[in-house]
Amino acid sequence: MSVDKQTVAKIASLARIKMGDDQLEALVPELNNILDWVEQLGEVDVTGVEPMSAVIPNTLRLRDDVVDADPVTGGGKREEVLANAPAAEHGFFGVPKVIE
Amino acid sequence: MADFTSLGAKAIRDGVASGDFTAREVAESFNAAVAAAAELNAFIVTTPDHALAAADAADQARADGKELGAMGGVPIGMKDLFATHGVQTTAASHILEGFTPQYESTVSQNLWNAGAGMLGKLNLDQFAMGSSNETSYFGNVASPWQKAGTNAAMSPGGSSGGSASAVAARIAPAATGTDTGGSIRQPAAFTGICGVKPTYGRCSRWGVVAFASSLDQAGPMAHSVEDCAIMLGAMAGFDAKDATSLKMDVPNWEAALSSDLKGKKVGIPREYRMDGTDEAILDSWEQGKNWLKDAGAEIVDISLPHTKYALPAYYIIAPAEASSNLARYDGVRYGLRDLPDGAGLQDMYAETRAAGFGDEVKRRILIGTYVLSAGFYDAYYTQAQKVRALVSRDFDNAWSGCDLILAPTTPTASFPLGSLADDPLTMYLNDVFAVPASLAGLPAMSVPAGLNPDGLPLGLQLVGKAFDEQTVLNAGLAIQERAGFSALKPNGPEKWW
Repeated sequence: MSVDKQTVAKIASLARIKMGDDQLEALVPELNNILDWVEQLGEVDVTGVEPMSAVIPNTLRLRDDVVDADPVTGGGKREEVLANAPAAEHGFFGVPKVIE
Repeated sequence: MADFTSLGAKAIRDGVASGDFTAREVAESFNAAVAAAAELNAFIVTTPDHALAAADAADQARADGKELGAMGGVPIGMKDLFATHGVQTTAASHILEGFTPQYESTVSQNLWNAGAGMLGKLNLDQFAMGSSNETSYFGNVASPWQKAGTNAAMSPGGSSGGSASAVAARIAPAATGTDTGGSIRQPAAFTGICGVKPTYGRCSRWGVVAFASSLDQAGPMAHSVEDCAIMLGAMAGFDAKDATSLKMDVPNWEAALSSDLKGKKVGIPREYRMDGTDEAILDSWEQGKNWLKDAGAEIVDISLPHTKYALPAYYIIAPAEASSNLARYDGVRYGLRDLPDGAGLQDMYAETRAAGFGDEVKRRILIGTYVLSAGFYDAYYTQAQKVRALVSRDFDNAWSGCDLILAPTTPTASFPLGSLADDPLTMYLNDVFAVPASLAGLPAMSVPAGLNPDGLPLGLQLVGKAFDEQTVLNAGLAIQERAGFSALKPNGPEKWW
């Protein structure tokens, strides 16, 4: 499989990265090189193999159902959460108008 | 002022504890060395006051007759991927420039609790994506090592290149690194130091800027195996805030260190003998076998049949996870916002990410977005995860015949900065020997083995069974004792900075 300029433009749009024509064009051969190379994975016989997402056997834990179990992540931290926001307004994250 | 910069973590801790010198003297010495090494560009920001405050606390604790921590009085460098309370944390990206965490990562907090102090935040490849430290928004990091007879700036490796450069140049006695597909081991090999990637889950990922969450692991980088054992012990431990944290006791790796390998079988994977590997690297691999044999181990041939597929599988899985993890940089909650006049929300996202991410980061986000997109998901991502299972199974099978694996860390020694910058695929091949252990989540370390004919360091890699960092460290110690790397250049690389 290989990508053309139109496909790269589609991916860039899905990834929300603005790109000019020259950038898209430069990326076509770069991405195709990499995709050609990963293509070799198709040679591997994976019959009956389960896809691996967790590599070390571990169980998913549940924490106790209590408020503020961890004071850092528990809540009540509005100022800290907003401290690095580019536009914090009235205790909220400010964004450009989305509803006309 | 006395110079303490030739000391490693253990020597500093023990010297402070026994009163041979004060932690403050040590911190002042390293602060001065950091300030004088701007040419290496190893640090993004320096935090001399943090180092001094921790040193004063260690000196005070000693004066009060209290026990010092495992890293008591040791000033370290912190890779700028760890969130540090009140100190800018950037992942070497413009998109996080100025970001000042309101909390501390678990690993850095563990180190401060153990008595360490911070010299500064270390440069790295942007979002830890790179093998040469050329993708940082804050400029390339130079290795303190140069090819004999030349003065071209060499790559310290990546992504933990600032960490590697700082330790090798002795402007920090030890540093944190993170390893997703070789980012601790490859730079350690390039700069003649030790670096450990522990079993996945040993070190909490909480507060570490995420790249590929199923692979990311923190670990120590230092001059000696002993220093790594001490520092890893301080970094590791269960953390409820990381869902993949291992709920296991942290062994006392330092206390159990032993270079006696009697009864241990060391596997030599035949598939790691690849075209394009330097002659000097193959020679050092041979030497490594002899050293381990000399330490009492038995050398056995093993096969890891899916080795050649590990790297391409990694370059699907890691970008896929990265494209998802990096979706959070949207110009809303923290970091850069690029909002042209009259632009809407979607434009703001796209402009912000265009301005904030570097080229390599964009390249990987696009690959990740593509392999996860409808119609391609099974052919790429699911297939790569199945191959990952096979790579992991290869190791499981190997363990029936051996206790650990010896291999080169990298196929070549360091290269001049800029020499591979236009060739992403060749750059990726740097991690061909490192990635299989990452995919399988296994503990692995790089130990300096010698110098190549150009006078550049070479590393050997040890890979162990899950949770068996001890055997990896012990074999590392056996190599360290026999390679005599520190005696090859007793003062480290020639000082040019």
